[in-house]
Amino acid sequence: MTHHEDEGEEYLTFRLGDESYGVDILKVQEIRGWEPVTRIPNAPVFVQGVLNLRGAIVPVFDLRQRLGMPSRGYDKETVVIVVRINESEAEKNIGVVVDAVSDVMRATIDDISKTPDFGARLSTDFMVGVATADDKMIMLLDVNRLQPPEAAGEAAEASVA
Amino acid sequence: MSIDMAQFHQVFFEESFEGLDVMESGLLSMDPGEVDDEAINAIFRAAHSIKGGSGTFGFNDVAGFTHVMETLLDEMRDGRRPVTHEAVEVLLRSVDVLREMLTATRDSDAMNEARIQAQQAELEALLAAAAGDVVESAQLDTAVEPETVKINGWHIVFRPHLHMMRTGNDPLRIIRELAGLGELQVEGDVSLLPRFSEFDPEECHLSWDLHLKSAVERSAIEDIFDWVEDDCDLAIMPIHDAVTTEVPPPPVAAPVALAEPAKERRQLQRRVPEDRRTQDRRAGGSTASSSIRVDIAKIDGLINRVGELVITQSMLSMLGEEFHLGQLDRLRDGLAQLDRHTRELQESVMQIRMLPISFTFSRFPRLVHDLSAKLGKKIELKMTGESTEVDKTVIEKIGDPLVHLVRNSLDHGIEMPEQRAAAGKPETGTVQLNAYHKGGNIVIEIKDDGQGLDRERILNKAMERGLVSEGDSLSDRQIHDLIFQPGFSTADQVSDVSGRGVGMDVVRRNINELGGSVEIESEAGQGSAIIIRLPLTLAILDGQTISVGRETYIIPLVSIIESIQVRQEMIRLVAGRGETFRLRDDYLPIIRLHEVFGIENPQASDLADGLLVVVEGEGKRFGILVDDLVGQQQVVIKSLEANYKKVDGVSGATILGDGSVALILDIPGIIRLAAQGAGLGDYRKTA
Repeated sequence: MTHHEDEGEEYLTFRLGDESYGVDILKVQEIRGWEPVTRIPNAPVFVQGVLNLRGAIVPVFDLRQRLGMPSRGYDKETVVIVVRINESEAEKNIGVVVDAVSDVMRATIDDISKTPDFGARLSTDFMVGVATADDKMIMLLDVNRLQPPEAAGEAAEASVA
Repeated sequence: MSIDMAQFHQVFFEESFEGLDVMESGLLSMDPGEVDDEAINAIFRAAHSIKGGSGTFGFNDVAGFTHVMETLLDEMRDGRRPVTHEAVEVLLRSVDVLREMLTATRDSDAMNEARIQAQQAELEALLAAAAGDVVESAQLDTAVEPETVKINGWHIVFRPHLHMMRTGNDPLRIIRELAGLGELQVEGDVSLLPRFSEFDPEECHLSWDLHLKSAVERSAIEDIFDWVEDDCDLAIMPIHDAVTTEVPPPPVAAPVALAEPAKERRQLQRRVPEDRRTQDRRAGGSTASSSIRVDIAKIDGLINRVGELVITQSMLSMLGEEFHLGQLDRLRDGLAQLDRHTRELQESVMQIRMLPISFTFSRFPRLVHDLSAKLGKKIELKMTGESTEVDKTVIEKIGDPLVHLVRNSLDHGIEMPEQRAAAGKPETGTVQLNAYHKGGNIVIEIKDDGQGLDRERILNKAMERGLVSEGDSLSDRQIHDLIFQPGFSTADQVSDVSGRGVGMDVVRRNINELGGSVEIESEAGQGSAIIIRLPLTLAILDGQTISVGRETYIIPLVSIIESIQVRQEMIRLVAGRGETFRLRDDYLPIIRLHEVFGIENPQASDLADGLLVVVEGEGKRFGILVDDLVGQQQVVIKSLEANYKKVDGVSGATILGDGSVALILDIPGIIRLAAQGAGLGDYRKTA
């Protein structure tokens, strides 16, 4: 690996099945093991519920379902990554359930390529780009886009690329 | 000025608005027949402070306007002018204009110049008019000092209080300024100086007798002492030719002549009583301020409680260091103590956010005064329980709804004097505002002895609007409830006071949002009572924990009427689909919570297996089917929206003892969800 002292940001990478994803590490608040959450009634399917994060009520999203992948059961390795997001100038914390956490990786602007466009088949709104490390393709996510859309109309729009 | 004065502006505005409140309440309670010395002085001092402060900060229009008011008030407190009903009204209006001016200055808005000019003209007219009429007034029994005697000097007795120098005021500078007005003779009095060994150089034990040979105005001298007025005893007496006589003291006092007793009287007036009545003033303007004044005693109590908590904690900590089972009892005791101290601490902290409801009630005397004059009715306002304490947020938000309700009482409730007389009632109607604590809530009542709610008229109006059909029979309660429907008003004419019909539903919604409830009781011809119940604090809720399937929810106790076990014979179906059950005289719809919330595997899908919690929200009553009642507890309300968003049917969340999260139900929200089609009960599920 060449040294990248000049620029670049660090990304926390994690896995969903065979796929690798990354989020800006500065946005990661903490990593917790999975624990039972309290269900929220009539919420979108990927919203698992809420949990108690040191006194604050934090929603937990199943990232697989959020990205439209089939969900799998939760086990000892299942991890909840708590991230800080910005929504209309308010800072919120949300938790995302992933299969397992991998390394921290550094990437500069040059290392990041444009997200491939899958057309109408797959929405890639939440990706900022794609990076490569060790022959693996790491899809970099924008945490701010992971919140559920406000209305059903938006959800329909989001699924059309 | 090299110092940036802007940082002091906020304090000036806060204090000025408080001063305006003092003036207003003082003026309202002033009875021209019997003038209270202290009251006039308080009003004068408030005006004086505002004038001084605004002058210092360069708000010259405010200063100028206030100066005219101050002159009027000064004459009144000296007894040179009678306190007439007209004068009080002019001053009250001036207070309003001054409030507008201060608000405009604070918010950097334009001022209504025309109104200010008009009001100032009124004040000046009053000043010009009665100047010579003092002698005729009934209040004075002494003759006025004839203005024609030439004043050729002033005798000033200046006695600073001990701490005066600490306020940054140097007597020497003040005396020098006096010397600038004319020839000054100074006699110092060192008789009160303590022994050198006990002497604190920052305290002032000196006093002065000053004779100023100069024909200046009294106000020139008073201005010099402006800043220290509250920190010294001051007497200013004019010197006429040979004799030192005294300006007639205010009405209640002894007659003229001797300088000595008169001097003391002056000093008495000047010695400002420490009570600045901080608690009884509210923040100016309608915007909520983000600071709060707290009684020192509450803070001290808090400090004590924290101290006790720390002791208990270190005791437990020591116990934990080398713990063996034999110490189990001590551990239990320690934990019990911890529980108690934590609870006490929690109560103490909640108390801090509590303010007396007088803050909200204080606007009503003026409101009733003005409105009854406007409506041509005679109305007396009685308030009790003003010292009842309520959470600050509740105080801020309950103000407008209360105003609306009181206006309703005045406008629709109390009849015109002739009508009242004809009905055998006293001509003056009474509106009562009561506040008290009851059962963990605060109750606010607005009672009037007016005409009460007219059943027929309400029913007719409701039928007109299609809310009710012919032949529906409604209980009194239900009829009274109609008033809270949007757009409902039985007023024949829309006055600008009320009658537009947009008020009552907003009032109820605002009260519900505070976690409270509102009811009306009424008797035709006798009067009405509006009863508002509010939680003592917004952060903590008394809740009933219930379970449905594997989920636990909390229902606010304030929404629960009762809980019952349902028996099959109590159920009736409506149109084959809606389930209702009978509760005494009413049939109430049933909401199956597991259907509204999409909960799987509820234990009770059969009505007979579960329990019905009878709830009330926005005037409607329902029975909610749950599996079990788990218990009642106080829970701390946590926001769901802080990190997520608003969820229909849920008003917040809380953390249970085991660390898990439980959602708090929003009863009106659930009723709405149910109405939208989810969970109205599928009749096939009943046996």
